[in-house]
Amino acid sequence: MEIFQQILFVAALAATAWFITKRIQLISRAIKLGRPENRFDHPDERLKTMLLVAFGQKKMFTNLLVGSMHFVIYAGFIIINLEILEIILDGILGTHRLFAPYITPIYPILIDVFEVLAFGVLAVCVVFLCRRFIARVSRLQAERHRELRGWPISDATLILTAEIFLMIAFLTWNASDSVLRDRGVGHYGELQGIVPDFLVSQYLKPLFLTFSDMALVAYERTAWWLHILGILAFAIYVTYSKHLHIALGFPNVYFSDLQPKGEMQNMPEITKEVQLALGLPVTTDGSQVNDNGEQPVEVGRFGAKDVQDLKWINLMNAYSCTECGRCTAACPANITGKKLSPRKIMMDTRDRLEEIQRGWQTHGNEYKDDKSLLNDYITAEELNACTTCQACINACPININPLDIILQLRRYRVMEESQAPASWNAMFSNIENNMAPWKFSPSDRFNWADQVNDAK
Amino acid sequence: MTQEVKTYTVPTMANMAASGEEPEILFWVGCAGSFDDRYKRVTIAFVRILNHVGIKFAVLGPEEACTGDPARRAGNEFLFQMQAMSNIQVLNGYNVKKIVTACPHCFNTLKNEYPELGGNYEVIHHSQFLQGLINEGRVRVKDGQSFKGRRITFHDSCYLGRANKVYEAPRDVLAALDADLVEMKRVRANGLCCGAGGGQYFKEPEPGKKDVNVERVEEALGTGADTIAVACPFCMTMMSDGVKNKNREDSVRVYDISELIAQGQGL
Repeated sequence: MEIFQQILFVAALAATAWFITKRIQLISRAIKLGRPENRFDHPDERLKTMLLVAFGQKKMFTNLLVGSMHFVIYAGFIIINLEILEIILDGILGTHRLFAPYITPIYPILIDVFEVLAFGVLAVCVVFLCRRFIARVSRLQAERHRELRGWPISDATLILTAEIFLMIAFLTWNASDSVLRDRGVGHYGELQGIVPDFLVSQYLKPLFLTFSDMALVAYERTAWWLHILGILAFAIYVTYSKHLHIALGFPNVYFSDLQPKGEMQNMPEITKEVQLALGLPVTTDGSQVNDNGEQPVEVGRFGAKDVQDLKWINLMNAYSCTECGRCTAACPANITGKKLSPRKIMMDTRDRLEEIQRGWQTHGNEYKDDKSLLNDYITAEELNACTTCQACINACPININPLDIILQLRRYRVMEESQAPASWNAMFSNIENNMAPWKFSPSDRFNWADQVNDAK
Repeated sequence: MTQEVKTYTVPTMANMAASGEEPEILFWVGCAGSFDDRYKRVTIAFVRILNHVGIKFAVLGPEEACTGDPARRAGNEFLFQMQAMSNIQVLNGYNVKKIVTACPHCFNTLKNEYPELGGNYEVIHHSQFLQGLINEGRVRVKDGQSFKGRRITFHDSCYLGRANKVYEAPRDVLAALDADLVEMKRVRANGLCCGAGGGQYFKEPEPGKKDVNVERVEEALGTGADTIAVACPFCMTMMSDGVKNKNREDSVRVYDISELIAQGQGL
């Protein structure tokens, strides 16, 4: 019986590892669709940013209450992994609470900490569901934000419910285990006197006092299996979900932009053209240098039409996005009812990548369709509404940059498709002909100086 | 007592170079500062301050051209680089080292985007420059030019604040006036855009339920301020239009921080 459970457990573990590896390969292949860009410079500064923003959750604490609640789930996720390690080893070896005899004095303290965190996670998930469905926090409402309609809302609800379910399984497992220990049943009784009651689950014990020994063992086993299988299933689910941020949040912050936020990235391929046009010495060969210092063979488009034209970091940003909508809630265009939503830009980018992934899976890795991120997902109306104010970048807790994508798509529309709004074209021609965005004669530029001595 | 009559001068780089001189700073006026009727008054106020403190400065005058910021942000990288490289040729030709500008868009572009194209200068926004003058005691609000009882709220411009993290300089400048400074709800890194950046100023806004500048002005009016202080030509226009939209132009004024300092000095 025991060995059968062990085999089953190892099989479940192996299947999970296989699935997740497949998913990681697929996702990293999708991220590598993006253009090369060196984000390995300044490791010290990057590490510091990651420690502060990802590990330290610095930007989450902009709102102290929400930041603290998120921190409970985050700490719970990180720390409960220790308990999962014991559970996995128990599962493989057919043992029960493997660590208890070896670390007797600190074992109960550890489990107490896990239980408090588990209870905290459970409570916060309930509060988060209430914020979504009762307090109706605006940025999380599908009626207000079209990008949330359908799957994104179900995804969020499913994640919160699953976490509540996993925590209940963990706490009631400990409670039923305590009762079995008290009764001295089988190997459970062996830990009597070594493992005491735990901080939270002791209050759940009364629920199980009327159970027969056999029913208790059945419950204990079921809860244990549900907890660990739930975690394995959740780990696979995460790779299909916005919840991927629990893994990608860290590298995403590490590789985030170190430049001043107001700086738009230069296009060396245009520098060359302009230097030729102005008769200046050419200082660039016009091609992007990739991470290894090698020159790529083909020069890409001017700007971005589809995900392949974006940089890999833009694509990693898309997979890291948790759809929290802080960007959109801070976006002046969105606040005033325009179609633009920075969150939708990120979700569209990921949706497009997933569409390509599905194409690969059904038609092979060389599959290409005739769709593109621009027009099929993101419209000109959205792009044109952006004021480039960078509020979205500032608001993102994990340093995602939706503006960078918007600007690259704008470049494609203007330079490859000549599709700027008419008044922008007028502005362009004014700059070109009059050296100012307005139609004034350049020779009048200094006329203001005539008035410096006029009366106030 | 006779009223001292000042004569303000605006030397150009060309004049200076002709007489073999180099100014301490180049004042980059910007297109709005050169052509916009309202913002020309800001340019003049700042030039008067420069004259008053006796700084050796110069402007490019007719040789100045748009930095290319609106073109770049609208997506026209080619036009941006044409502008940038021509400007860099002019600036490097005059051996310019230090630039002061009242426009955060010019400031951001000159400071962050020109270096990669060969233009390396120390670039300062006029709020930082004024802050320096105040700290050094070279600018002091005169007796009898009291701002007492006036409520001033400062509107952060994106390209000064979020883009370059200059939040305190304009506030320090305003603190030199003995007015009441009141903050809006969305300030500093969380400030709300005036709605003009990224080329928006040069086209009609996309359809929505409200214009961004109206939203922002409502917030500014909510502070009870009688003066909205700005540090950017586009914010100036957008806030002024918003005040007009709310029919409050009789009771609420929009000023650039340098105009308030010039007023405080009786310039």
